Amino acid sequence: MRTAEALRMALEALRVNRLRSGLTMFGVIVGVLAVVILVAIGTGAKNTVEKEIAGLGSNIILVVPGQVGLGAAPTQSRLDLTDVAYVRRIVGDPSKVTVAVNSGESVRVGRTEVFTTLTGTDQNMSNIFDRPLRRGRYLSQTDVDTRRRVAVLGADLGAKLFGDVDPIGRQVTIAGVRFRVVGVYETVGSTFGVDRDQEVHVPVTTAQRLIGLPRINGIAVGASGPDEIEPLQKRVVAGLEARYPDEKFSAVTQTQLLGTIGTVLGMLTGVLAAIAGISLIVGGVGVSNIMLVSVRERTKEIGLRKALGARQRDVLGQFLIEAVLLTTIGGMIGIAIGVGGSLTIQALTPVPAVVTWWSVALAFGVSAAVGVFFGVAPARRAARLDPVVALRAE
Amino acid sequence: MQDHAFEGVGLTRAYQLEGVTVEALRGVDLRIGQGEFVAILGPSGSGKSTLMHLLGCLDRPTSGVLRVGGVDVATLDDSSLADLRNRMIGFVFQSFHLLARTSALDNVALPLVYRGLGKVERRAMARQALEAVGLGHRMDHRPSQMSGGEQQRVAIARALVGEPQVVLADEPTGNLDTRNGAEVMALLDRLNADRGVAVVIVTHEPEIAAHARRQIHVRDGLIEQDTHENR
Ligand SMILES: Nc1ncnc2c1ncn2[C@@H]1O[C@H](COP(=O)(O)OP(=O)(O)OP(=O)(O)O)[C@@H](O)[C@H]1O
Ligand SMILES: [Mg+2]
Repeated sequence: MRTAEALRMALEALRVNRLRSGLTMFGVIVGVLAVVILVAIGTGAKNTVEKEIAGLGSNIILVVPGQVGLGAAPTQSRLDLTDVAYVRRIVGDPSKVTVAVNSGESVRVGRTEVFTTLTGTDQNMSNIFDRPLRRGRYLSQTDVDTRRRVAVLGADLGAKLFGDVDPIGRQVTIAGVRFRVVGVYETVGSTFGVDRDQEVHVPVTTAQRLIGLPRINGIAVGASGPDEIEPLQKRVVAGLEARYPDEKFSAVTQTQLLGTIGTVLGMLTGVLAAIAGISLIVGGVGVSNIMLVSVRERTKEIGLRKALGARQRDVLGQFLIEAVLLTTIGGMIGIAIGVGGSLTIQALTPVPAVVTWWSVALAFGVSAAVGVFFGVAPARRAARLDPVVALRAE
Repeated sequence: MQDHAFEGVGLTRAYQLEGVTVEALRGVDLRIGQGEFVAILGPSGSGKSTLMHLLGCLDRPTSGVLRVGGVDVATLDDSSLADLRNRMIGFVFQSFHLLARTSALDNVALPLVYRGLGKVERRAMARQALEAVGLGHRMDHRPSQMSGGEQQRVAIARALVGEPQVVLADEPTGNLDTRNGAEVMALLDRLNADRGVAVVIVTHEPEIAAHARRQIHVRDGLIEQDTHENR
């Protein structure tokens, strides 16, 4: 028998039992749909985080006290500004080292009050991070040296507090203290869930006085090129550990962050896909079940076909093709809905969903494989029926 | 000399039924030549259908040698046996065995699917076969839209569409009234006379058996009487 003939015959059989075929496909459709959508969401999340990390700037090393790793508890910082000066000496170029002190504070203008992240930093911040200005100026060395009460606002924070009014030169009240706005940043988006457009930057010295502690949270170093990152990273950590023999320090690069986060999100995506894959297997069991019922129902037909000259492999092929058609048609419908669903999620919600060709190919391949795997047993049963017995069946 | 259509020597067929051996055939010797018209008679349970299944290569003998068209069926594997059925033998069953949701034309064309013929060719041959049984006007009807007599004629068309050497019919008139039964027998007569196709028919009814030139009586798994014994 020709393959085209077998295909036509199988399609006909599925068409005749439309409702049953549809219901059987349903399990496969849901499984494939789930794989496509979950992988799209996982991939979207990964892409977003990667874009955020890359958006920070290039060749950045973040130095923090303690061990950084998955599950490690954050360490109370004991670093202060003298350590920053020390790191500057290690690095050589002082303009490539900056500092951060973070604290949650409320920022108020008139009756508008916004609770946000206050970051104390210095004039070198913009040498290391990509943080273009929209208006005004960056913090200056004089601001830091003289503990000026000046602030640079994130784009959204500025808009929230001042609306259409130009904030430059105006007053904001941070934790009860008045500051003068000297600059507004461009929109840069968020990193690790922190909306950087909501931040307010003030001189690090001013921030320390506001918080009442001489500590700093971290130091950022800009390497002069990708090849410089690793040696510099080692030098800084070694230097700090020499200065504080009892303590550990970590220096993470963007590449390492990307690697770690990529691995975590990749694993997460894999787990989601596997869970969705289980429903695909369940769908496959449904196909197997229905094919067995179908073989039983059509025992007489099988007997007749054999009497008329169908070989075992003709019958095997006929039922196998039916099973594979069930799962691949179901797979294609699932892919269509899954891609449509991902695009809808992408368009209507803040969840980033990116459909990847490999998840679509995989979902289709797996559904075809499920059809073969779960179709073989019923098809073999059909192929091995004794024609005499089959013809007598009621 | 041309090979016999069928040649059986010492054919037995035993079934195992819950540990008990049931001998449906207990040593049958027979030859059926090309173009013969044979009726097989006998009481219920005597082994007529069992013998037909062996002749039709739907089943294999437990012991003995069976040659179909000169070929020992013991030497054939499943797929060659299927091929032999497809080319040599046409079946007509008591209960018609037509595919319910399929038109008369496609029912008749079904054996040709397994011969690997294309759709156009299959349909052309099926059309001719249907016309030969006087059903040229029922091509697109489904079995449920036809009378029993018409359904059995469709089945005969299906049996002859592949131009077999033998048509095996197990009680072909068993489900039909006298008039339709006569029509079916007339068709089988013509098939035998005009095309030289050997016809082997199982029946209970003496009037039906009278169409055949040779009668084989089976009882308890043995041939009791063969009107053409000394051939
Ligand atoms: N699959 C089987 N398993 C066990 N015994 C069987 C089987 N098929 C047939 N038999 C037995 O073999 C014997 C012959 O059966 P067969 O069907 O050939 O009879 P028959 O002559 O065609 O009868 P009828 O005129 O009623 O159709 C019977 O006793 C029957 O019970
Ligand atoms: Mg019988």
